[in-house]
Amino acid sequence: MKNDFRARSHPAWWAFALHRLSGVLLALFLPAHFWSLGHALEGAAALDGVLQWTALPIVKFGETGIVLLLAAHMTGGIRLLMIEFLPWRDWHKTLLAVAAGVSVATGLAFALNVF
Amino acid sequence: MASLKVTVWRSAGAGGYQAYEVPRLEAQTVLDVVTYIQRVIDPSLSYRFACRVGVCGSCAMNVNGKARWTCRTHVEKVTADGKLQIAPLSNLPVIKDLVTNMEQFFDKWAKARGRFSGARTRDDDFARVMPDSPQRRNVDAGIECIGCGACYSACDVVQWNPDYLGPAALNRAWTLHNDVRDTMHAERLAAVAGDAGCHACHTHTSCSERCPKQISPTIGIAGLKRAAAAAALDGEI
Ligand code: HEM
Ligand code: SF4
Ligand code: SF4
Ligand code: FES
Repeated sequence: MKNDFRARSHPAWWAFALHRLSGVLLALFLPAHFWSLGHALEGAAALDGVLQWTALPIVKFGETGIVLLLAAHMTGGIRLLMIEFLPWRDWHKTLLAVAAGVSVATGLAFALNVF
Repeated sequence: MASLKVTVWRSAGAGGYQAYEVPRLEAQTVLDVVTYIQRVIDPSLSYRFACRVGVCGSCAMNVNGKARWTCRTHVEKVTADGKLQIAPLSNLPVIKDLVTNMEQFFDKWAKARGRFSGARTRDDDFARVMPDSPQRRNVDAGIECIGCGACYSACDVVQWNPDYLGPAALNRAWTLHNDVRDTMHAERLAAVAGDAGCHACHTHTSCSERCPKQISPTIGIAGLKRAAAAAALDGEI
């Protein structure tokens, strides 16, 4: 017998799924990030040429997503490290809520800034 | 009389769910439902139980997709619409119908050095362990395990890595690690610190969600991770 979604429908499991998804998506994004910043090696004009892209709404939208992913992955990762390295209290669900709140706030702040 | 629509996993052939209609009674447990099917409808149904009062740990099954001790699970708590799906525990080989083979589950307790080894003999005085010492509190939090396997059934890491020691064996190792009389602490940490030991846990807490004794194996596993890391830094393991 294998478990299905019913055995996994609890907040800590959703947090795990989000952590894995955001980790993989960030890993995919990083090469693009370095590639665009790498243009600086070819001078200011080359870098500006690439950075012009960031004026496009679709790219802004994507970047907001990336920031949200990074914030979610980082707060989720800090939450895990706190659970594993600090003496455990009954606050692990509170930590989850804090992590979710901080990530959404970070994403919103970024979106307000770029648009 | 109201009735329950119950589907039960039958392992004959390729295996499949079979439907039964069971009278709904007051204060009925899921184990009562399974027992009714076996006694009244189909005596060939196999399942396991012993104490019926939440002590022996033999009656755990998947009820509507979640591992539970069936003798202490009221029907009322798990179904709103009178439908029940009853399956054997996950992550364990099925012997027949609702009966799983728990050999690997208990073998892993042995692998995790889940046995006490003390230095005193019957001629020595009692050991004095203060009830409010941190170690004794850690033991208290994990010692009531009944070996039901609900946590093991719920754990994704067990599904991904069949060698993973699993939440119950690691919880047992953690209680012994906190037993100040035990003399095998370093050996036990070495036994649980491998690839398939405490460091493999992803802190999903599915085990803690499902434990009917409200134990959180995740807490103990996090404790073992810290203890094993500290012991490795000190060169003890
Ligand atoms: C910002 C600081 C970061 C923190 C605090 C952090 C923390 C963590 C932690 C604690 C884990 C282990 C999760 C587990 O046990 O399941 C993890 C997994 C992972 N991280 Fe990060 N991380 C960070 C940044 C990144 C970045 C930038 C990337 C992308 C390159 C990344 C990719 C991953 C991946 C792919 C995993 C594996 C996910 C899994 O096993 O489910 N992380 N991270
Ligand atoms: S917390 Fe660890 S042991 Fe418990 S279900 Fe998750 S991975 Fe398995
Ligand atoms: S830790 Fe809880 S769920 Fe796991 S075997 Fe023990 S009693 Fe059952
Ligand atoms: S029959 Fe003993 S715990 Fe359920």
